[in-house]
Amino acid sequence: MEILIFNLFIFILACFVGFEVISKVPTTLHTPLMSGANAISGITLIGALVVAGSAGEYIGTILGFIAIIFATINVVGGFMVTDRMLEMFKKKEDK
Amino acid sequence: MSQFLPDVVLAYLPTTVQLIYMLSVSLFIIGLKRLGSPATARSGNKMASLAMFIGVFVTLFDQEILTFEYIIAGVLVGSAIGAYAAKKVEMTAMPEMVAIFNGFGGAASALVAAGEYFRFEGVSLPQSDLFIMCIGIFIGALTFTGSIMAYGKLNGKITGNPVTYPGQKPINGLLVIVIAVLSAWFVYDPLNMIPFYVIIGISLLLGILFVLPIGGADMPVVISLLNSLSGIAASAAGFVLNNSLLIVSGALVGAAGLILTNIMCKAMNRPLSNVLFGAFGGESAGLAGAAVGDGSKSIREVQPDDAAVMTAYAQRVIIVPGYGLAVAQAQHTIREVASLLEAKGVDVKYGIHPVAGRMPGHMNVLLAEANVPYPQLYDMDDINPEFEKTDVVLVIGANDVVNPQARSNPASPIFGMPILNVDSAKSVIIFKRSMNPGFAGIDNDLFYLPNAYMFFGDAKKSLQSLVSAIKEL
Repeated sequence: MEILIFNLFIFILACFVGFEVISKVPTTLHTPLMSGANAISGITLIGALVVAGSAGEYIGTILGFIAIIFATINVVGGFMVTDRMLEMFKKKEDK
Repeated sequence: MSQFLPDVVLAYLPTTVQLIYMLSVSLFIIGLKRLGSPATARSGNKMASLAMFIGVFVTLFDQEILTFEYIIAGVLVGSAIGAYAAKKVEMTAMPEMVAIFNGFGGAASALVAAGEYFRFEGVSLPQSDLFIMCIGIFIGALTFTGSIMAYGKLNGKITGNPVTYPGQKPINGLLVIVIAVLSAWFVYDPLNMIPFYVIIGISLLLGILFVLPIGGADMPVVISLLNSLSGIAASAAGFVLNNSLLIVSGALVGAAGLILTNIMCKAMNRPLSNVLFGAFGGESAGLAGAAVGDGSKSIREVQPDDAAVMTAYAQRVIIVPGYGLAVAQAQHTIREVASLLEAKGVDVKYGIHPVAGRMPGHMNVLLAEANVPYPQLYDMDDINPEFEKTDVVLVIGANDVVNPQARSNPASPIFGMPILNVDSAKSVIIFKRSMNPGFAGIDNDLFYLPNAYMFFGDAKKSLQSLVSAIKEL
């Protein structure tokens, strides 16, 4: 129970940090920001690694394996596409 | 990989992993912060991806991880698909891309929560873990099907119109209650698989039902909200696995997504509840359209040659691009028009409405792709005072964001939405496919004003004919 309370604690604190960090963002960046935050949500990949690699019940391993594929698409694709978008903004500023 | 380390190192491993997680979390926070400002956005994204890499890498040393063949295979397949999709996607298809990626993230979180159950099958997990597992599966599965629905609505595979039926909201509410009851059952009898499977099924169904009544134009808000949910789902997976990095990063995304959702709703001047449950743009809006579209008002059409003369001999021209420009992929052609006009000494600016394009900020990305100089882009607040001294405004594929009804007609569904005051310019040329109303399904008073001219046709083809007409002058 103590662990749960501790986890809830950091969860709530992290929520406040998230609110604070994204309080004022120009419209220009909404699309890249959404896409970047979306890539971060692929962090669930590390959970998938543990589930797939722990050599437990076979069905768990398979679920973990599928989860790894989904999460990696989310992470790799998300960060790359965000960079592609931001690169185009960069080009403008250099001119 | 921990089995390859000597015992001396092994003793410090758990602490080291946690410390590196802390570093990763810090990088995520700084990265997210930097993503919020144009000058630092790109480095912020790089920082966040570095944080992700560190987090993933150090997790491989987790003592619970014993086999690697599935991990390597999964990461390779996922990276290849993700990288290919990210490289190939058209900038206009960005909203769909974000939607589908988000769906995958949600699915992964649900699978992690479910996999965690099977991993310990027969072994008793604490009840709190079982309950959080249910939450993770519920949110993750809902995010998955909801995002797939959003994807379908955005690319037209599923009707963009809101789908409503009697008892929609009570049925959805009932299903949520059913899930809560089943979760309680599962927590007290974790070896019984029936509630477990039914929870998965209903959650998947709810994702579909939740997005069904929301119109295509509101999909960006939905994606942003689902993005927030996928963060919460990742966080839930973190509770089950007792992993602080997952909990914190998931919570960060959850909170940031919620804020972003809120900002978007504000730009449209509609509360979130209205977006989610208002079935905006369906029959209700049709009524509003019928009420004003009495057919007695007349419009004026303009030919390419006349439009060319009007613009080429103007002093100031403002281009107002909208969703239609994005769909027709005409961003390069409009850039060509602007260059031609500039060569003739015309002062050209772009007025960007906060919700222009297919999602907020999307139009900026598209115009950047077409090499439109950044200083020519003006936000709504900066461009609105300019319209009065402007000779010609070119409205391309935008409709609701230039509809004077938002200012003047309190009965209109879009009343109060901040708009671009293009009607105060000397003349306005509206590039439009037909007289069909826009997404919101509302008649646009702008088209009937004496200074408004309609240029019918596909945005790209119309602009191409304008380009050749200007060249012939």
